Order: sequence, then C-alpha cells, then structure tokens
Amino acid sequence: MIWETVRLSLRSIRRNVLRSFLTLLGIVIGVAAVIAMLTIGSGTTEKVKADISKLGSNLLVVRSGRPAGPGGPGGLDQVVRPLAEKDLAALVAHLTGARAISPASQKQVRVIFGTESLTSGVTGTDSAYLDARDWKLVSGRPFSDSETRSGTGVCLIGETVRQQFFGAGDPEGEIIRVNRTSCKIIGLLEPKGYTGFGQDQDNVVLMPLHAYQRRIAGNRDIDNIYIAADDTTPTSELQPRVEDILRDAGRITPDRESDFAIRDMTQIADAMASATTTMTGMLGAVAGVSLLVGGIGIMNIMLVSVTERTREIGIRLAIGAHEKHILIQFLVEATVLSLLGGIIGILIGLALAGLASVTLTIPFAPSPAVILLAVGFSALIGMVFGFFPALRGARLDPIDALRHE
Amino acid sequence: MAAGATLITFDKVWKSYGQGEAKVHALAGVDLAIRRGEFVAIMGPSGSGKSTAMNIIGCLDTPTAGTYSFMGIDAGRLDRNRRAMLRNLYVGFVFQGYNLLARTTAAENVELPLIYRGVAARERRDLAMQALAQVGLVGREHHTPAELSGGQQQRVAIARAIVTRPTLLVADEPTGNLDTARTHEIMELLTQLNTKLGLTIAMVTHEADVAGYAERTIRFIDGHVASDSKNLEVA
Repeated sequence: MIWETVRLSLRSIRRNVLRSFLTLLGIVIGVAAVIAMLTIGSGTTEKVKADISKLGSNLLVVRSGRPAGPGGPGGLDQVVRPLAEKDLAALVAHLTGARAISPASQKQVRVIFGTESLTSGVTGTDSAYLDARDWKLVSGRPFSDSETRSGTGVCLIGETVRQQFFGAGDPEGEIIRVNRTSCKIIGLLEPKGYTGFGQDQDNVVLMPLHAYQRRIAGNRDIDNIYIAADDTTPTSELQPRVEDILRDAGRITPDRESDFAIRDMTQIADAMASATTTMTGMLGAVAGVSLLVGGIGIMNIMLVSVTERTREIGIRLAIGAHEKHILIQFLVEATVLSLLGGIIGILIGLALAGLASVTLTIPFAPSPAVILLAVGFSALIGMVFGFFPALRGARLDPIDALRHE
Repeated sequence: MAAGATLITFDKVWKSYGQGEAKVHALAGVDLAIRRGEFVAIMGPSGSGKSTAMNIIGCLDTPTAGTYSFMGIDAGRLDRNRRAMLRNLYVGFVFQGYNLLARTTAAENVELPLIYRGVAARERRDLAMQALAQVGLVGREHHTPAELSGGQQQRVAIARAIVTRPTLLVADEPTGNLDTARTHEIMELLTQLNTKLGLTIAMVTHEADVAGYAERTIRFIDGHVASDSKNLEVA
C-alpha cells in the first residue's frame, strides 16, 4: 500500500514536471546552501587548524610590549623595552619543560642575486630555530654554534627564494646579497606553502642572529623569542614559568605590569578554530532559513495541488478511499517531493563546496552526518508542510469534491 | 427480471440544509424501497431532491432525520470511513462526466477501487482486464481518457464501477454527455449488467427514453416521491 502510494506520488510529480521542479527549487536551494556552507565551513576550520599548526604546535612566542588588554595592544605613548640577549640567556638557563628556545628578529629586506632581486622576510636567529618552529631542511645543514656566535655571513633560504634566483639549479654555496651584506647559502628549507592569511612561508632567508643584528638591523634587539614546549609539558603550564623568568630578568617589581607579551599558539589555534566553527554554524543557520522558505513553498504548491485535484480526491473518496488514504497520498507526495529536492540539493551543495575548495585551496570536507541530517530534515519539511494541505484534502466532502469543476 | 429481497429502504427520510427561516428541505419524509436486482430510474426536475436521494442511496450522504438502511445496515448513522468501506465493498458509481483520472490508463483507472481494498497488484490487473472485457474495451487497456471517445470513457467508468463486483450500481445521468447512438450502447450495456449479473441499478436521468430502459421509474418533486411505477416492457 505504501509502495503503491509512493509510485502514485512519483507519477503525479512526473505529470507536472515544471511545477514539481519549481516546488523543488526552494528545497534544492535551501539544502544546497546548508550543505555548501557547512562543508566549506568545516574545510575552513581544518585549514585554519592546519595553518596554525604550521606556525608551530605547542609554541609560545614572546615579544616586547605590554600584553594585549581588553582594549587591544598598548597605546602609542609607552616606551617599549626590547627583548635582549639577557632575557634569552635567562630563559635558556632557568626554563624547564622547553624543547627549544630560539630568538628571532625579522625584517622585510631586498635580497639580490646577480641581476634578480626579491623582497624577502629575513630572520636573524640561531640553530635552535628550526627545532622550535618544527621546520626541516631539504638539503644542506643548519648554522653551527660558532657561526651563530660569531655572526658569520651564512644563510638558509626558502623555496620561493630558491626558485626566484636559481630556477631548477642547486643554490648551495652560492653567495646572495641581503641588504648591503653578502651571505653564503648553506641549506634549503622544506616548502611550507601559504598561511591562511596569505603569507608565503617560503619567501624567507634565515641568518645567524648576530649577523642580522650587526649588518641588517643595526641594533642588539631581539623581536621575538620562540619557545617550543617538550612533549610532556602543555604550553599553559610553560607560560607562567616563562613569565616569571622574564620578569626576574627584567627586574620588574610585582606592582608593575610585564613589558612583554607571551602568545600561546595552541590557544590561538583553538580560538581561531572555534571562531570558524561558530561562523560555520551561523552561516548554516542562515542557510537553514532558506530551507524553511522552501518548506513554505512546498506547502503552497501542495495546497494548489489539493485544490486542483479536488475532483480526483472526490472520485477516490467515492469509490472507497478512507480519509487516511488521501492523507497519506498527499503526505507521501510532499515528502517524496522535498526528499527529491533534498537529494538534488545535496549534490549541488557538494559540487559548490568542491568548487570552493579548489578555488580557495581549502580541504574538501563533506560530513556524512550533515548529509544525513539534510536528507532527514528535507523529508521532515515535506511531512510538516505537507500535512496541512493533505489534511485539507482528506477532510473534503466527496459530494462537494465531485461537483468541483 | 424477478426482484429479490429488499436492498434499500428509506423510512421517512429528511434532508435539510440551512437554519431557521432559510431552512430548505431537499427531502421531506421520503419512504422508498428498492429490491435486489431491480433497475430503477429516478427522475424529476432539478431541485426535486433526486440527486440528494441518489447521494444517500450511494452512501455518500446521510439523512438529517429518518432512517436509511442499506443491506439491512443503518447506513445513515455510519461515520465517514465506515461509509467509505461500504461504498468500496458494495457500491459502484458511474457519473455523467465519467470522472476518470486524467493521464492515467484505462486499466489503472479500473484498478483504483481495488487498491483501496488492498488487492495485490497481479490480481488487480487480472480483475481490471476482466471488467474491461465485460464492457467491450479489450485492447484499450493502456489508453488514457484523452485517447478515448466519450462512450469509451463511460465504458471505462462502468468497468471501474463493476470491477469490485458490487451489489448496487449508482449511475448519475450516465448518458448526459453522449449522443443518441452512444446513449443506446451504454444503456444496452447497463441493462445487460442488470440482467446477466443481477446488479441492482439506481439511475438518475431526466430523459424519458433513457428511463425507459429501467423496469421502474421513481419521480421526485419538491422533496417527495410524486410517482413510483413499473415501466412497460420496452422492446
């Protein structure tokens, strides 16, 4: 009987192809929007998480200046004491639970080789930097301790720099000019691609901190100190220790605020991921409203359909259909209709999300749960919005229905 | 043919519409009996109550007062779904405007009442074919109403009415949309069903020559039975 009714409803859907299609459209658009939004959203979340873990997982970054308060970073008026060698030395001497501690000062600098030039992010650092950032070398070797100490003119370059200057060639041993100083390439960094913020992580040059300070920055400042926690220490535990040591080293009395800030990359990763998840939920909800509109469309068309087929209902009632037969017939029709719309919507939504994942270079992350939910929800919409029109049809008086023109 | 036991009884049946001053009595205390196997024509001007009487006979409607009994059942007191069951089991309907489902083949139209009876698909098909054969439409099973003439459509409707082997056939101006030749064919078919299957037929018409095919004519005027007479044997 139910199968019979499903067949019947499919036939009546086929009989009015154009009208059925227009009815479906609301549900199709609604479901497609929901699926596309949620799929793109979860792809973005994954991408953000991956990007941040590229910045280094379990990483604390110390920079000079007050910690960002509720009103944002400190005002312009304050004089910022830069981090210096003694802060680094204090951390290296006293901090437990860290796998690597590394200073880093950065600047965008023009790098030249032959007649080619490129503006690159040049970082002055030491040999622990690769470990702290979890970066690897494709070839060559890291700085030696003596090179770090003496500030020898050697450097490691990223993939973008290599491509710009050497094409397919081997850069090792070549001399490039960084600002007005020259340095010898001793290694090539593993390609890391772009961050989620559009920053090319391969357009970099690393050189010993002392060489950077002397020849490029012209001071003895350290911009950042990167601290990677070891596997057993959570960054949340490491952070207060770092703070204590640095306050001691800077002789900051308890009544004063710290003149440095510690950023926990894990926290940032979590915050960003939860932000994109919230965003995804919001977009999904907005798309859900269009599903609701689609449901009202179904109700509208089902009402038209019931009115249009009053005579048919009359015939069916006259020859012995019960109220429930008519009710089920129209309910099934509405459900089949919206389910069909749901399935088409899912396909379109996934196609859109696939397209977006290619153009936005985010992972394509369709969720079976979301798809299942969309199918169930569209069927539910058909049932809910189809119920009133179906009931109206079922309650018709056969005599009036038969007289209906 | 010889009439059997009583099938239908009207006992002081009233059917009223409206309230107070505006109250209209479509039927005003009608007494009536139809026996099994009878072929009865019901005539009367419009507004005479003949259609209302037909709706009550076909268990589509219920009396406001009085008793309508069908096969000994007090059908006037049954609820919607029980009357639907009664119609499905014992009553076949033929209408003036054929009332076939559009874009649905003849066979599928004929099968329709069997669906609501829960008959299996294969058996439905067989019964539908038999019914179509009885009305002389072999070879038209897969035509839709639009592909059939008026006479053929009415034959499909008759097949749909008899496919359930009903006790009573209710025909509401079955030839109203047909020309003389088609009218004659349809009436011959109904007469044949009446005599061969012993099907009781109640037919509303306003054409005297159509009524002439029946054995008995009941005339309604102003909600009363004005006359009830045996027809003379027609050739």
